[in-house]
Amino acid sequence: MSHLLEVEHLKVTFPTYGGEVQAVRDVSFYVDQGEVVAIVGESGSGKTVTVQTIMGLIPAKNIKDGNVRFNGKEILHLSKKEMRKLKGSEIGMVFQDPMTSLNPTMKIGKQIAEGIRKHQKLSKAEAKQKAIELLRLVGIPNAEERYHQYPHEFSGGMRQRVVIAIALACNPKLLIADEPTTALDVTIQAQILDLMKELQKKMGMSIILITHDLGVVAEMAQRVIVMYGGTVVETGTVFDIFENPKHPYTWGLLRSIPNLHDKEKKRLVPIEGSPPDLFSPPKGCPFAPRCPYAMEICVEKNPTPFHISNGHTANCWLNDPRAPKVEAFIAEGRE
Amino acid sequence: MYIVKRLLTMIVTIWLIATLTFIIMKSIPGDPFASDANVLPEEVLQNIRAKYNLDKPLPVQYVLYMKNLLTFDLGPSIQSETRDVNTLIADGFPVSAVLGLQSLVIALLFGILLGIIAALNHNRLLDRLAMFLAIIGISVPSFILAPLLIKYFAVEWKLLPVASWGTWAHSILPSIALATTPMAVIARFMRSSMLEVMQQNYIKTAEAKGLSPATIVIKHGIRNAILPVITFIGPLFAVLITGTFVIEKIFAIPGLGKYFVDSIFNRDYPVILGTTVFFSTILVITLFLVDISYRLIDPRIKLTSNKGD
Repeated sequence: MSHLLEVEHLKVTFPTYGGEVQAVRDVSFYVDQGEVVAIVGESGSGKTVTVQTIMGLIPAKNIKDGNVRFNGKEILHLSKKEMRKLKGSEIGMVFQDPMTSLNPTMKIGKQIAEGIRKHQKLSKAEAKQKAIELLRLVGIPNAEERYHQYPHEFSGGMRQRVVIAIALACNPKLLIADEPTTALDVTIQAQILDLMKELQKKMGMSIILITHDLGVVAEMAQRVIVMYGGTVVETGTVFDIFENPKHPYTWGLLRSIPNLHDKEKKRLVPIEGSPPDLFSPPKGCPFAPRCPYAMEICVEKNPTPFHISNGHTANCWLNDPRAPKVEAFIAEGRE
Repeated sequence: MYIVKRLLTMIVTIWLIATLTFIIMKSIPGDPFASDANVLPEEVLQNIRAKYNLDKPLPVQYVLYMKNLLTFDLGPSIQSETRDVNTLIADGFPVSAVLGLQSLVIALLFGILLGIIAALNHNRLLDRLAMFLAIIGISVPSFILAPLLIKYFAVEWKLLPVASWGTWAHSILPSIALATTPMAVIARFMRSSMLEVMQQNYIKTAEAKGLSPATIVIKHGIRNAILPVITFIGPLFAVLITGTFVIEKIFAIPGLGKYFVDSIFNRDYPVILGTTVFFSTILVITLFLVDISYRLIDPRIKLTSNKGD
């Protein structure tokens, strides 16, 4: 079976006064039907640019190379008009900050109905009915009344529900959620995640979930893509990534999670150093300067993916049979 | 409640402006008959002063004036034997208002359009061109632009009348001359505001819905970008419709504008006060309307009489 979404060798750059920023350098991954895939990595690792490229929100002139196939069809070079047919109907997107993602001068209901009217041949009244149903679906009480209200009359969590309703308006096959809970407080985060999980089950769509939060990954995703310095450094199932990680950067990520069960006071373990300069990325492994296990080859040559097991790959020379064995120590005391 | 409170404030504002104008006006040296003083005998001057109550002490003059103002009587004009201030305004205001409204429409229409075009073509040729036009519009004074317009459109190409007032054709050139500067300012406001709005996340949301660029600009862009422009057109409206001295002078238009300036030179006290009170009334009403339109445009803005709200 072919994948729902396939990204191959994607390369995106942005010209700035300081030079060309290579935001995404050779990113490849896939998403299957009905699957939740998480993309993790620190700020500036290229997560958002990657998904915005899929969504057609990045100008074509910035996309230097690569393919994006959706449902077997190449979409990177679609005309703007064809892309607009896809956006909002086949692919929906939930943005990071619900406080600014809604138009402050337009009624909530209209913002939902607008997308429906664009993609489906429905009358105004039918679109309104559909929008009210969607508001109910995402758990907004008094949907009829709420339809006529403006974003400032909604709390952050409620707004994010509305944003989700907009993204789901036309039953998309793929939902892209770019840090959907980062801007919300913790109790609301759980509600929104539960909602997304429930809707995913009900509607059977695939989700790409971008997040910083490895707890969210463990709860939501089936597969994980770890990005660093504009490239994918490790991919695998949630089990692979949490129980058998094969890249020192993934180790670092896992180690930096605070542990609630620690008896004694312990400092968090950060990853030392700072992310690579994307104006002139190193020719070797982008993580090498921060990697405690870096070898000579790491600085010289960027590793190609090593297959660890079926579906689990890591771009790290430590996985070469000639490399010294390194104890993948994650966090003492983690369960 | 808000409206009542607001109306009271408006009346107090107008009263304060009238009072301050009275004080300042009376503290300018000279009087309306200074040029006649050499010609007329002292007794005649005394009689004329008495006719206009100018012989009475200032507080009495002030009370008399305010009493008349309450009955909307702005008093006689000293310069004009036949017309009092009310008639002066009644004659001049319609002319100035037509001219001002036409200019305002031109300025808004083209200003907003120019601003949007510039913003959507940020840093490209059209943007540069639009902003070049805007800079010219701001820096070329109307007393230069107006003669140029007359020279080409009226004298050389004979398309439009040179000056004076009468048919609609007469109003075209002065309206354009009057509109140019505000149009340029509006274009710049609209451009920067639109640039900011188009960077907002909700525009990304609209794009992600697959809406066409035109829909995004019209339904999501303009309404959010237009508030600063509304703020600016409040006072602009008042200035334009009450007449402008320079344009009316150049085109020989019998509007209200010249009285603002002439009355001060002539120390025509009732006209100074009358035009000032009239202008401030229009201004205060306009600002009120602008506040109400904010509410209509941006639902987040609540009109309340309490500051703490």
